[in-house]
Amino acid sequence: MSYLAAHPLRVALALGAHVELVLGALALAFAIALPLGIRCARGGRVAGLLLGALGAVYTIPSLALLALLVAALGLGTLPIFVALVAYAQFVLVRNVAAGIGGVDAAEREAAIAMGMTARQVLARVELPLALPVIVGGVRIAAVAMVALATLGGYVGASGLGTLIFTGLALHHPDEIIAGSIAACALAIAFDLALRGVERLVSYRSSR
Amino acid sequence: MSAASLSFAGVRVRYPGTSRDALGPIDLRIAPGEFVALVGPSGCGKTTLLRTVNRLTSIDAGRIDLDGVDSASLDPIAMRRSIGYAIQATGLFSHMSVARNVAIVPELLGWDRARIAARVDAMLELVRLDPVRYRDRRPRELSGGEAQRVGVARALAAAPRVLLMDEPFGALDAIVRRELQRELRRIVAEVGTTTLFVTHDVNEALRLADRIVVMRAGAIEQCAAPLEIVDHPATPFVRELFEAEDAIAELRAAARIP
Repeated sequence: MSYLAAHPLRVALALGAHVELVLGALALAFAIALPLGIRCARGGRVAGLLLGALGAVYTIPSLALLALLVAALGLGTLPIFVALVAYAQFVLVRNVAAGIGGVDAAEREAAIAMGMTARQVLARVELPLALPVIVGGVRIAAVAMVALATLGGYVGASGLGTLIFTGLALHHPDEIIAGSIAACALAIAFDLALRGVERLVSYRSSR
Repeated sequence: MSAASLSFAGVRVRYPGTSRDALGPIDLRIAPGEFVALVGPSGCGKTTLLRTVNRLTSIDAGRIDLDGVDSASLDPIAMRRSIGYAIQATGLFSHMSVARNVAIVPELLGWDRARIAARVDAMLELVRLDPVRYRDRRPRELSGGEAQRVGVARALAAAPRVLLMDEPFGALDAIVRRELQRELRRIVAEVGTTTLFVTHDVNEALRLADRIVVMRAGAIEQCAAPLEIVDHPATPFVRELFEAEDAIAELRAAARIP
């Protein structure tokens, strides 16, 4: 806390950069995961292969993946951004697919029988009913990304990781603790906020 | 829209990936406004036959005419919007209110808001649900009987040419089922649509239908008016199916035996 008291601006800036990094990566990750998840919900061999591949990416140690990305993309924000997007895919795609797959067969059939086009079935019935599960995936991904994004400090991306790695290099435990606590608080804040959204959409979709 | 005639000519449906017929060949003509019940044991093909009409199941041979037009030549989306569909599981959209469920097909057809709102209220009144009390409820807040009423209202909301019903009252208790059976005839008569009604309950078929189609193993065993079926069953299978099952009489008979 003493570090925070002494350098409030530095912590605030690092926190801001961290939030920006996570939200940007989350937005892009979701934009990619939504169509992939919809495709996976339709099943078949492509779906199995895709989820398998994303699962494999998920198992690569994060530090190793980041090292590979630095080798390919250089230092800075880009490698950690790409790593965050890649890691989030598995959870996001799986939850989109699970959410759509969990839609009651009678509701889907009724939608088709009422004369909805495939797109209308998706937009008016499947996605709204899948929303709680999809938001649940976003929540899990966001919390994991907050933690993972601290590694960005190691490769020169600004964020809370900068505090942690500078503290580590300069033997300033206060700075490490300040960065860690801020990251934890941020993760908890994301978790609570998205839990709220999850409850809201669950209520609306009556689950 | 007014009630359509419906005719099946040599309709066959094969088991997927085989050349064996699951259904057919089916030849059947249904007059505009007629109420036809499809009756038979589980797996006899009655649900499959029903689903060929709105092309939830595609046919492998033959043709189905809606008002004399080959349904294969119609756009399936537009065609389905002119055909009502109500099923045992209701398939009510659980994230939408009762009103929005009933409004689905009119919305898809692009009716204006005022017309849809008026229609929703009229449909809820038709199925004897007070619009003020039920309009904003969610499907989960309905009893089984109420949910079926909403299902029927939704199926009829855009005044379909044909109404398809698959065991709509199958999961309801006997009293609610009787009540809805009584009302369905009135409702269908008011709306004026051709109805195809699947049930395995012969009493339900006898009460509701102008004509009963008895099915067995993918084929039509007999097709006739209710009294004709009861008085002159075409086959032993039909006779057995419609043999009066009077548990009370059986009980009394058993008690009389010394």
